[in-house]
Amino acid sequence: MTAIGKLFRTTAFKLTLVYLIVFALFAAFLLGYFAWNTRRLITDQITQTVNTEIADLTDELRQSGIRRLVFAIDARATRPSSNLYLLTTAAGEGLAGNVGSLASGILERPGWSETVYRRIDDADTTEHHALVRILQLPGGFRLLVGRDLEERERIRDIVIAAGRWSIAVVVVLGLAGGFFVTRRVLKRVDAMTETTQIIMQGDLSGRLPIAGTNDELDRLAGNLNAMLDRIEALMRGLKEVSDNIAHDLKTPLTRMRNRCEEALRMAEDASQYRAALQNAIEESDALIRTFNALLLIARAESGQASDGMSEFDAAEIARGVGELYEPLADDKGLVLKVDAPAAASVRGNRELVSQALANLVDNAIKYTAPKDVPVNGKQPEIVVKAIGEGDRILLTVSDPGPGIPEADRSRVVDRFVRLEQSRSLPGSGLGLSLAQAVAHLHGGELWLEDNHPGLRSIIALPRGGPAVGALVDARTGDARSS
Amino acid sequence: MRLLIIEDDRDAADYLVKAFREVGHVAELATDGEEGLARALDGQYDVLIVDRMLPKLDGLTVIGTLRSKDVETPALILSALGQVDDRVKGLRAGGDDYLPKPYSFSELLARVEVLARRRGGREEMIYRVGDLELDRLSHQVTRGGEEVVLQPREFRLLEYLMKHAGQVVTRTMLLENVWDYHFDPQTNVIDVHISRLRSKIDKGFPQPLLQTVRGAGYMVRESK
Repeated sequence: MTAIGKLFRTTAFKLTLVYLIVFALFAAFLLGYFAWNTRRLITDQITQTVNTEIADLTDELRQSGIRRLVFAIDARATRPSSNLYLLTTAAGEGLAGNVGSLASGILERPGWSETVYRRIDDADTTEHHALVRILQLPGGFRLLVGRDLEERERIRDIVIAAGRWSIAVVVVLGLAGGFFVTRRVLKRVDAMTETTQIIMQGDLSGRLPIAGTNDELDRLAGNLNAMLDRIEALMRGLKEVSDNIAHDLKTPLTRMRNRCEEALRMAEDASQYRAALQNAIEESDALIRTFNALLLIARAESGQASDGMSEFDAAEIARGVGELYEPLADDKGLVLKVDAPAAASVRGNRELVSQALANLVDNAIKYTAPKDVPVNGKQPEIVVKAIGEGDRILLTVSDPGPGIPEADRSRVVDRFVRLEQSRSLPGSGLGLSLAQAVAHLHGGELWLEDNHPGLRSIIALPRGGPAVGALVDARTGDARSS
Repeated sequence: MRLLIIEDDRDAADYLVKAFREVGHVAELATDGEEGLARALDGQYDVLIVDRMLPKLDGLTVIGTLRSKDVETPALILSALGQVDDRVKGLRAGGDDYLPKPYSFSELLARVEVLARRRGGREEMIYRVGDLELDRLSHQVTRGGEEVVLQPREFRLLEYLMKHAGQVVTRTMLLENVWDYHFDPQTNVIDVHISRLRSKIDKGFPQPLLQTVRGAGYMVRESK
């Protein structure tokens, strides 16, 4: 497609054409209206003048008779640029006035007429046009008063000439303007298309140019760029996840392999082999659990799990999880309490939120020792709360354990991070990662606070669930406006 | 028990067939969806084990077709897709249980046996094992004539165990059916619940009825 052809096919050009036609029609209408109005004005003026003259003359006739009328007419007729006058007998003989010839039959028609005429003393033989009024006088005489229409005709000629010129100018300017405007718009669109192609060919870092005019093209570019940001973040996240998973699983896999190899080398009897195999199975199971947890975190982070959303009661979740873990806590000499008096309805993935809360409770139980007795000397207490606060629901787990030093609080949420004091305890180090991923998936947050003493972990979820259209980067929790 | 395994992974399938044979069950094999459907329609099986991803016809369609032809053979779905939504989809398609891969054979075996037993029998109102009695209507539990006071959750736990008396019940099955949770708690929460229950129904009585099956789960039955 040639450049010109492409130009003509653009919406911008077609739009320009439409505007042009509309504008031209409008201009023509305006001009026509002006012309018609002016014409009417002139006609009215002539009419008025003629009527006044006729009134004057008939007065004269009534007062002073026909002789006087003739005299009056001749006096007026000889003035420069005068009206037209003619007084004839019933037979058509001219008695006074300045009209030389008329269109035939005009005198027989009383009232208003338009006619061609010639003045008596006209040197040239061109015909003129006039608007005349014929009056029948008593005695059969006929009076004609009129005025030349040359002004009207001149206006008409001016308007027609102007119209032709202005339409031509409008069309030329419009086309030229439209051509240039369209070309400019096309250039911007072409730039966007080119960038898009580069991006599609694999360079995800490309972004569409924004001209800074804040018009619809700029807004479109802005939105597309935001979309590209999201895609890039997802791809980065995906790569990171697969890198992480590969790395995080290689270590236990290698360990397992080494143990098996060692057993092959060193084991001497069936029971030792059996022990090694049993160990291998346990390590495999641990590996499978880790893998599933990593997968779940990855899915939560990439927003995939967002199709399991429903309305559920966070208080019920708190009670359920509390009830599940209470015997475990009790066994350890800890008291687990659930404080969820009122229903706290929230929209989200019930399964994931339960699991996230379970992780926090599990951590609380794991890290609180029976000796962590609070000031009042009673048994150490772990409290699970579900409360509504404004437009959010807070699921809180507080324990009187060692807590997390403020400096470590952001680090501890990363995968597989275990703080020094917990290296000896079993666990994968994924609990907090999952809890945070779930919180972010719902458009919420995970807060880790000092419980004075101990740790208070809070999952804060918006009541309405993840906002539709808001893009949340599940790793950082930053909301992006769409 | 006669089983039909519809699985296209030869290694996994052979392993299953052998493992089932070792515990006394007969397992037959179909390696794609169409063959599986044909044989399930023909034969009389107690339980179908259906892999979700199959050549020619996928597992969920196989089960759906069977159900539309009024074949009510219990079906357990095996799948690498293990999220809750996938499970829900599988059960809605007509499956009776859903086990994500990788699984342990003892887990699979426990669930298959539970499914097989479900096939017959009407719903009883009172469960009895030895001198332990559980009334599902009044929620009363007695052992040796004496009442045992249980918390609501402990009651539900015992009810599930006694419903499958003589069968292995895994920790995952308990978590799913008594608590409606589908995640792996990664700690021994269930064990602690069991030991509490045990202390209420077994302690002080001559015969322990709530037994631990090593490597698999728990079982309620009279000891030999």
